[in-house]
Amino acid sequence: MLDNGYPLATESNVLKELIKPPSLVRSVVHTITGESKLANVSSTLPTGQLSNVPWRRTGVKYANNEIFLDLIEELDVIIDKSGTTIVAEVQGKIQANSRLSGMPDLTLSFMNPRLLDDVSFHPCVRYKRWESERVLSFIPPDGPFRLLSYQISSQSNVALPLYVTPQFSFSGGSGKFEVKVGPKQTMGKVVEDVKLVVPMPSCVTNVNPTSTYGMPSYDPVSRTVTWNIGKLQTQKYMSMNGSVTMTSGEAPESNPTIMVEFKISQLAVSGLKVSRLDIYGEKFKPFKE
Amino acid sequence: MSTGGYQGPTADFTPTGFGSDSPETSSRNGASASVINPPLFAADYKRHEDLKSMLDSSKDGQKREAMKLIIGMVAKGKDCADLFPAVVKNVVSKDSEIKKLVYVYLVRYAEEQQDLALLSISTFQKGLKDPNQLIRASALRVLSSIRVPIIAPIMMLAIKESVTDMSPFVRKTAAHAIPKLFSLDPELKDELVEVIEKLLKDQTTLVAGSVVMAFETVCPDRIDMIHKNYRKLCNLLVDVDEWGQVMIINMLTRYARTQFANPNQEEVAEDAPFYVESEEEEEEEESEEEESGESGDEEGEKKKKKKKPKKKKGYTMDPDHRLLLKNAKPLLQSRNAAVVMGVAQLYHHVAPRNEFGIIVKPLIRLLKGHVETQAIVLSNIATISADRCAMFEPYLKSFYIHSSDPTNIRLLKLDIIANVAGESSIHTILREFRTYISSPDKQFAAATIEAIGRVACSISEVTETCLHGLMSLLSHKSENVVAQSVVVIKKLLQLHPKQNKDLIDQVARLADSVTVPMAKASILWLVGEYCSLVPKMGPDVLRKAAKNFVNESDIVKLQTVNLAAKLVLSNPKQTRLLCDYVLSLAKYDQNYDIRDNPVSSLNGLFLQGEETALSKYAKKILLAPKPAPVLESAFKDRIHWQLGSLSHAVNSEATGYMALSDFPAEPPDPSVRNVEDDSWWGKTKEKKKNLHGDSDSEASNFYSSISGSDVSGSDNEGDCFVRVGGGEWV
Repeated sequence: MLDNGYPLATESNVLKELIKPPSLVRSVVHTITGESKLANVSSTLPTGQLSNVPWRRTGVKYANNEIFLDLIEELDVIIDKSGTTIVAEVQGKIQANSRLSGMPDLTLSFMNPRLLDDVSFHPCVRYKRWESERVLSFIPPDGPFRLLSYQISSQSNVALPLYVTPQFSFSGGSGKFEVKVGPKQTMGKVVEDVKLVVPMPSCVTNVNPTSTYGMPSYDPVSRTVTWNIGKLQTQKYMSMNGSVTMTSGEAPESNPTIMVEFKISQLAVSGLKVSRLDIYGEKFKPFKE
Repeated sequence: MSTGGYQGPTADFTPTGFGSDSPETSSRNGASASVINPPLFAADYKRHEDLKSMLDSSKDGQKREAMKLIIGMVAKGKDCADLFPAVVKNVVSKDSEIKKLVYVYLVRYAEEQQDLALLSISTFQKGLKDPNQLIRASALRVLSSIRVPIIAPIMMLAIKESVTDMSPFVRKTAAHAIPKLFSLDPELKDELVEVIEKLLKDQTTLVAGSVVMAFETVCPDRIDMIHKNYRKLCNLLVDVDEWGQVMIINMLTRYARTQFANPNQEEVAEDAPFYVESEEEEEEEESEEEESGESGDEEGEKKKKKKKPKKKKGYTMDPDHRLLLKNAKPLLQSRNAAVVMGVAQLYHHVAPRNEFGIIVKPLIRLLKGHVETQAIVLSNIATISADRCAMFEPYLKSFYIHSSDPTNIRLLKLDIIANVAGESSIHTILREFRTYISSPDKQFAAATIEAIGRVACSISEVTETCLHGLMSLLSHKSENVVAQSVVVIKKLLQLHPKQNKDLIDQVARLADSVTVPMAKASILWLVGEYCSLVPKMGPDVLRKAAKNFVNESDIVKLQTVNLAAKLVLSNPKQTRLLCDYVLSLAKYDQNYDIRDNPVSSLNGLFLQGEETALSKYAKKILLAPKPAPVLESAFKDRIHWQLGSLSHAVNSEATGYMALSDFPAEPPDPSVRNVEDDSWWGKTKEKKKNLHGDSDSEASNFYSSISGSDVSGSDNEGDCFVRVGGGEWV
């Protein structure tokens, strides 16, 4: 919330306490009794605003005490015509969803913390301990939050899980293209949600794509060819062919760039692995799943 | 402000900034079509009479509905001023929802209905004495947001009382109220300054950020108020909330520039030890430290603390200066881009040069954010890299262009690459550039070619390669690329004209095939300037240009005239008639610039073969050697703006910009920062020793906590730096 243009309370925990999110119970009670005891707007100051742990409210209670940690990584790669990787950068973040009661104090350690040299933390993380021991020590906010995000610019070549070979030829008022996609080193995991987006140059009027696998389509408004492949198949041969019609006479200056999206679950490209998570300060016993 | 996936059905209490017409800070998504609450933006709003009767009813539910509808209408911009009396009556309501909605309405309309607004003041004054701190704070907040000048003294009183309140939240609200009151009535500045001074002494982190914001708005030049609180602020820095951190860092940058000596004064002297040391052991440590460059100053710090710095020869960094830099460092790991940027500009303006390296990685990390953040960060990096290019060289690959980047980001990245390119990386970069040239984005391709030119200028070993590369571009199919190459080649050729005679020749041949005006003008100029080197080409080029003179654009015409004049001076036999033809055409041209061109008008006088006074100097005037242009980064001249400021982003002084002062020649007395009650300082000294040495369990926490094991909702004002109750670290 802002006061005179200056941010006053931005942590979601504090905001949720100030204005309680709608829930079925609350709405039912509200309709039955005209006035609601469980008012939408709280009349006491959220505990977070005052304490030195402003991101966590007190009095949290859950039946099952659980905390989920998701390691999500994104690969940004630039590949040139011949398939050599020019730039490869890994951006990762750890999203956590904490459903723990009370005020637990967690310590998270990694197998290979030296990988993480460029990190930005949620304010709850104790920086000094990270500096000295490479251990994440924090009191988590309640609910979902981003614990940290990091960046690894790999000097060594990142193994790309798929390859794309494009071929474009334009002549006169028409052209042809063919794009082949196949899996490379995937470390046994399945590559899912594969999608290729090819923005066509401005002189293109129409494209007719067909493919051996997946669903290609052309959107004339944004002038992009989208090819939805879904799961990458190892056995099948996947290629998309198409003919391109252009406004007469103009040949595009260069071949379009292709943007490839894909998703692999259960795999961290950087090789980062969590080794253990300890909980202090609370009396329930954790077990890992 | 929206929490993930949360759709609030009610309006939050957000008093709007001054002068804004409607509370636009709404997280009321129009799609709050929940069953219980009516859609706020429904087209069929009730008439004012209906609303008035709803507001007068005795049931809270009705009042709440009415208020929600009213605020919805205000948000859409409909006028609800005549509902004022009915709404104001409800300010005494016990229901907090209704109260807050009434407050929002009041803040919006109080200025228009000042007399009626005064009716509600007594409620607020009562609210200020309420035992519930939230109510006190809300009352103060509304009171300060109502812009009715008559109540300024009441506001002043309220603020003064709240400053000594037990609850830190109320004190924080008071700190926010100060700039609001100041903008309402600037005459009260002196009293407000006193209040700020009192608040500055506050020990809680919650208040610190807000009071610095108030300080910056009301009296930013009163640096003397900061002295006693300097060390406390530095130590609290990590614990303050993110927005407070940004304000404090900015303020401390300005403070540091006026109080500490320039840490870079020893740059000139060779091998000047960074700290004054009297033992060799420490000097070794020193040189190790300087080599590692990055975050290795902790050990040196430790040693320094144990010894008292003696004032010998060389420069000693004031321990307070060092304190600031050290405490700001962990903030580089913050998730908030503004904080990281703040620390970067702090280090840029205030830190010694060899410590600046730690900034680079976090800045690069910021490039992964949103496009808008990227744009600002890139423009700041462009300014820094124009000055310190070596620092960014290992990270060159992060600046490569992605095909999804928008044009302004591409141009910025290109600028940085051209700045940072070094001899080792230049060949890879040139390969990259070659790919960029064929991009469909015309502006970007043109900028790439200019970047090639810049790189060719700055790195001498590739000038030849670049030049040849650019010449090969002249046969590119794109008109645009050819034109831009010509312009850049012209600039490069001026560096070494004699060696590149044949290139000039080649370029001259393009004169008829190139149609882009800038390019054609460049070719004509080139030929004219170096007509002595390409004597055979000159007249022919002029002939072709003269044939088409009337159809050309203005800059081409100007250059043709110049060319004619220069050729006549060097080669009168062949070109005299041509020149006369061109000049007579120019005399009757539609554009006055061409008609009045001194060359064409005076030409009649001194080139007709008569020996007037001017004709002796004609050669000197027209064919004087000109210095070659220096191709520079567009961001070089932004260096005098403070990094990260709005003025820097727009490259001109924005209102409210305060220039950073230069370092003082003699740093003022540091003893003003000594506080009588040194127990604070003593504790922190202990804390530091712990941090450096012990990996023991007693190491203090990253953030302070309230004494006692439970964080309760009551007003607790514990002493900072006490460890978490009971918990022991193993």
